Amino acid sequence: MNNELRKTPLYDLHTELGGKLVPFAGYAMPVQYQSGIVHEHLHTREAVGVFDVSHMGQLVVRGSGAAAGLEELLPIDIDALEINQQCYAVMTTEDGGILDDLIITRWAEDEFFLVVNAATAAADIAHLQKRLRGSDIRVLGQQALLAVQGPMAGEILGELSPAIRALTFMHGMRTELLGEECYITRSGYTGEDGFEISIPAQVVDTFTRKLLEDGRIQMIGLGARDTLRLEAGLCLYGADMDRTTSPVEAGLLWSIGKCRRPGGTKVGGFLGADIVLAHIVEGVSRRRVGFTVQGRIPVRTGTDLVDEAGNVVGRVTSGGYGPTLGAGIGMGYVDRGYEKAGTELQALVRGKIIPITVAKTPFVPQRYYRG
Amino acid sequence: MKNVRFSDSHEWFAAEGDVVTVGITDYAQSQLGDVVYVELPEEGAELTAGDEVAVIESVKAAGDISIPFDATVLAVNDALEGDPELVNRDPMGEGWFMRVRLAKEGDLETLLNAGAYADLVGG
Repeated sequence: MNNELRKTPLYDLHTELGGKLVPFAGYAMPVQYQSGIVHEHLHTREAVGVFDVSHMGQLVVRGSGAAAGLEELLPIDIDALEINQQCYAVMTTEDGGILDDLIITRWAEDEFFLVVNAATAAADIAHLQKRLRGSDIRVLGQQALLAVQGPMAGEILGELSPAIRALTFMHGMRTELLGEECYITRSGYTGEDGFEISIPAQVVDTFTRKLLEDGRIQMIGLGARDTLRLEAGLCLYGADMDRTTSPVEAGLLWSIGKCRRPGGTKVGGFLGADIVLAHIVEGVSRRRVGFTVQGRIPVRTGTDLVDEAGNVVGRVTSGGYGPTLGAGIGMGYVDRGYEKAGTELQALVRGKIIPITVAKTPFVPQRYYRG
Repeated sequence: MKNVRFSDSHEWFAAEGDVVTVGITDYAQSQLGDVVYVELPEEGAELTAGDEVAVIESVKAAGDISIPFDATVLAVNDALEGDPELVNRDPMGEGWFMRVRLAKEGDLETLLNAGAYADLVGG
């Protein structure tokens, strides 16, 4: 089976560090290293963790019509993006569902850098090629991607490149780190301050080993990446939203540019806008919410959520144990009327009734650096 | 002297007469990763060979404990409720799950001895 799996340029390092490799989106990826998910999670919250996210798709869209073309696929205000500024966006389907979620960075007036999910990268590229015929779409197949996350990330990377200290959340720049040309952004998927570094694949192994010489830095696997993002209230594509959920149902209205919503200056004009706008105006029959669990028991994906009378009113899409909180947390979809924070529901776990409470997310405060 | 036996599903059974302490092996805990929750049977419960008698949840996955013989639960390890990571720290000691009385003495003899179990997990 491993023969069919692709390897990132850090495969040898993962193996040397005792990484437990599992298949993920066609790649052999470390779910954890020797210290384990809980330790890795807490280390990221307290110091700095490095994540190999080289499996993710890195694309560049370029062309005189790129900005206008992308606005037809992404419900954001691309005109308002300054050079080196980035933005979270969902890529909508014709039915108002979500094809993928991504981070788009404006590299130049007519050039954009997109980081997309690994499992959806091929479909995304096909979609972009079909819809943006006037633009050049390039896959950065020779670039690795590292996430460096945690409260000490700014201090540590700032020693290597003082210029990056001035970067604020969701901004990027080209810089040299340990002698390597990189594109670095202040962003991430943990709720902590941190950076994502796009770096040539042939130097990422050397670069990462040099980083790890600093005792405050540890490699972190996908297991802790998942618990960190869950505590931070961040959605996972394919679990918490997909082609069958609209961004409004998914609780991602905040990601739709105000000017693209009803009453805005550029209202609609993106795939599936009729449905998404109707969801904004009329409301939705179900909505993604967060929930906390009384006690430590993990309430996992697929668990039914029921009301007092035993009616199924929702379903868990991500759930488990939050190491920072020391308690069970999760997110899922609930029917209209049950989405208010504080609503008491029950999860059925192995036939046992586990009380849960609908809760605001993030579960732990986000600590982004906004300057 | 306790007679310690192992199952191929990575439970250990330490017998003194017809009283057997049950837990999971070091190999099992290392495969599961950080244990965050353990669900144990009630004291006094009658267990049937092959039944899933306890559930163990790690951050990533849920697993279950089954026992290969009929038995009655004498005691469960209450310490696991507040400190389930005992299973990771000391799987063969403080991280025990339950103590049971065998319905029939000698039921352990078909299980793996330490050497055979070590061979199974590769060392």
